[in-house]
Amino acid sequence: MWHRSASFILDKQEQQRNDAAESRPISPASIAMKENPSANVSMYYQTRAEHHGVVTSDWLAQAQTAVAGNSDDDVAQSNGSGGEEMDKMFSVVDEFNNWRKQPDLAEAVAAIRALASAIRSSQAKTMMELEIELKKASDSLKSWDATSISLTAGCDLFMRYVTRTSALDREDFGSAKSRLLERAEKFGEISYKARRIIAMLSQDFIFDGCTILVHGFSRVVLEALRTAVENKKVFRVLCTEGRPDRSGLRVSNELAKLDVPVKLLIDSAVAYSMDEVDMVLVGADGVVESGGIINMMGTYQIALVAKAMNKPMYVAAESYKFARLYPLDQKDMVPALRPIDFGVPIPSKVEVETSARDYTPPQYLTLLFTDLGVLSPSVVSDELIQLYL
Amino acid sequence: MVRHQCACKILQPTNTSPDTIAGGGCFDAEETGRKTIGGCMKDSGEDRCSGKGRCGNCGGKTAGTFGPCVLSQLSQSGVEMKGWTESKFLLSCNKNPLCWVTELHHPGEGGKTAGGNSANTTKSAKPAPQKKDNSSVAASERKGGDRQTDKDRKKDVPHPRMQFDDENRVEKAKKRSVVKQAEARNRVELFRHLPQYEHGARLTDLESKFFQLGPVHPAVYKVGFRYLTGDISGGNARCIAMLQAFQESIKDYSTPPEKTLIRDLTSKINCYVSFLIECRPLSISMGNAIRFLKRRITSLPLNLSESEAITSLVSDIDRFINEKIILADNVIVKHAVTKIRDGDVLLTYASSSAVEMLLLHAHELGKRFRVVIVDSRPKLEGKMLLRRLVGKGISCTYTHINAVSYVMHEVTRVFLGASSVLANGTVYSRVGTACVAMVAHQFRVPVLICCEAYKFHERVQLDSICCNELGDAEMVSRVTGREDINSLDGWTSSENLQPLNLLYDATPSDYVSMIITDYGMIPPTSVPVIVREYGREYLLI
Repeated sequence: MWHRSASFILDKQEQQRNDAAESRPISPASIAMKENPSANVSMYYQTRAEHHGVVTSDWLAQAQTAVAGNSDDDVAQSNGSGGEEMDKMFSVVDEFNNWRKQPDLAEAVAAIRALASAIRSSQAKTMMELEIELKKASDSLKSWDATSISLTAGCDLFMRYVTRTSALDREDFGSAKSRLLERAEKFGEISYKARRIIAMLSQDFIFDGCTILVHGFSRVVLEALRTAVENKKVFRVLCTEGRPDRSGLRVSNELAKLDVPVKLLIDSAVAYSMDEVDMVLVGADGVVESGGIINMMGTYQIALVAKAMNKPMYVAAESYKFARLYPLDQKDMVPALRPIDFGVPIPSKVEVETSARDYTPPQYLTLLFTDLGVLSPSVVSDELIQLYL
Repeated sequence: MVRHQCACKILQPTNTSPDTIAGGGCFDAEETGRKTIGGCMKDSGEDRCSGKGRCGNCGGKTAGTFGPCVLSQLSQSGVEMKGWTESKFLLSCNKNPLCWVTELHHPGEGGKTAGGNSANTTKSAKPAPQKKDNSSVAASERKGGDRQTDKDRKKDVPHPRMQFDDENRVEKAKKRSVVKQAEARNRVELFRHLPQYEHGARLTDLESKFFQLGPVHPAVYKVGFRYLTGDISGGNARCIAMLQAFQESIKDYSTPPEKTLIRDLTSKINCYVSFLIECRPLSISMGNAIRFLKRRITSLPLNLSESEAITSLVSDIDRFINEKIILADNVIVKHAVTKIRDGDVLLTYASSSAVEMLLLHAHELGKRFRVVIVDSRPKLEGKMLLRRLVGKGISCTYTHINAVSYVMHEVTRVFLGASSVLANGTVYSRVGTACVAMVAHQFRVPVLICCEAYKFHERVQLDSICCNELGDAEMVSRVTGREDINSLDGWTSSENLQPLNLLYDATPSDYVSMIITDYGMIPPTSVPVIVREYGREYLLI
């Protein structure tokens, strides 16, 4: 509501008056069955919190009620629909959720494994049919959680691979199908290898005696730091707390196990400590076409401070996270909300900014460490064009 | 190997070692790296060396331009160099792209200055041939080893434009030109290298010449006329009109006896192009379209009958217009519409066809937004856009470019069109665009450029001066509808007053947030990627 010009406030008020005059036609029953039951909360960030965050009792209670809500919805849905189609699609999402629960598995790999199981269970006899089924499965996965970028990117990648394979239609259906399955299996390995490659590439940038600022729980970044320890490098890490997930606590645990000197900062202390930092190293939930990244809330802030103080900012991301999105500003993305627990009850009149992620434009990033090599942000679009066009 | 001696008899190559110099003629793949000398004018009916000749091997016509490093390479290979000046030519045959003929020129030949421009002088002698054609523009880097690829690449690079501040060349161009033009008075020194002519006289002159313009097809003539009067303006409109005129002329074409279709048609197209250039300098999109057409003509298989060739070309042009312009616009609109949210205030400058389509489509989809149209003199193109948008029911604000920093604070997105996007991400567009983009950048408002991919170009431009177009200076002093504003009347008599009416400017890539093309939404740094990956495709289809 608080836009920049007075004319807007007037427009908005008029609009609100108009809205109040109309009746609200939407009823809960008409919400599509495929939709995420807890529509306001991003499943992706919930899962991440489950894996990486510190669980508070409040949050646990919320999660339990959410799960109870889920099972109610499940029952309702399976009673409501009877078609084989619905079951199949539902099973893809089920599969995906199962895979996703494993903490060490990347999101995109989970998606691809779910799609692979869709292939396995499909009854199609020709390549075209299979492709169509896969497209449906992929679309349902994407709509299940519209906020997860690596999920979307992983699905897109796999679909691209499928269409490219189906274009060479010379062999029989069975072998093509098995080739797709093989590829899906391989993808998991590729993902794991990608982390190793990125860890190796980043070794050149971690020098003895350096201080690294880390934000958010990224398995890639942890792998890089682990490798650095194995290479007997001496460095220390400043780690932000990362509210509301408190992922920083988990990171500091891991690093302490590796005997790396760790210092924990609250999120507001980043600017205060930026003087003693040599570089910032973060992971990414998604890398967008402009070369910017989408990552946990707080990354943009840190990038701004780092730029102002001339500290390099490095991003470690696998290449399957490259997505064909192009946000122009912070609000230009699909909103991903997360419940925030302040520890004390908040009066209902007070709004809370619950977005779980932000967008860091490419001019604040120095380099991207990917399994394709060490890239500058403008190369991302190059890669995407070659991949998708 | 056949050896030729130039009619000027200066050249007597003494070194005949087979690995450095061969005498005149084609070489194919395994002979790359050799220079050939020859290209005699002997049978061409001219009695002196003029830098043009025939390929010693296949007899095709050669085109000339020179490279100073040829000199050094030749001297290294032991050819006698006495009495030679810097004006040396490295020619290649048009007929066979692998033909290389080096003709070494008599030092007495006057008026040649350094650089590729000397080719222009000789080229102006025939108004058409190789202005846009690219057979071996010898640049300074000539490496023996990859001459093949260099040459192929150079074939793609269009020839640099003629610089109008050299007297000799302008004189020669005038002699051959179809349209008689008087140069404008009181020209600005900084822009002397751009053509500028008196506006009023051309029209009547052309009209009187209508029945004498034999070589120019009436459809092309009509289009040229419309360019002159300013009837058609805007990159897409001009390109489509030109291509349709060419289509008409190709449909009416018939090969004259003893000539091949490909070469004759190419020279006819060149003739039309030079006529159009005289009416109004080509835009970059038109240049790309012409390159496409010429490529299609030269790649016609030789065994096609004339009617088949004609139908093939006509359908190619149709396909180009359809795929690269009309469908491309649809794709652009589809992508760009996702960037418009309810409650947006969109700013646009002057009138761009792509942006107009986008706004109308977004309105049809029911998005709630309002538009600020920024306009500027002397063209005031925004007025027509305003009329059309208001006619469809979109709420618009109209203001002059002076006020752009005043309105920018409430704007959420800026949509601009482009005449072309250059390889370093610079946007070449209507004058004033750079201003708007700069102010938007200052206010942290995202700037989105809507541009079809066929307008991309591999040229790089760092400022708005080296390549631009000058409009009618009279329009600066007069305001239509306000006869009482006449303080600049009589500017032609004052020596100190030089009005300037620029038509284009270059917006640096830092001010541009994204470019929306038919290949999707890309950052400005990715323009050379599109040119590289799809350059073949969008020119050759």
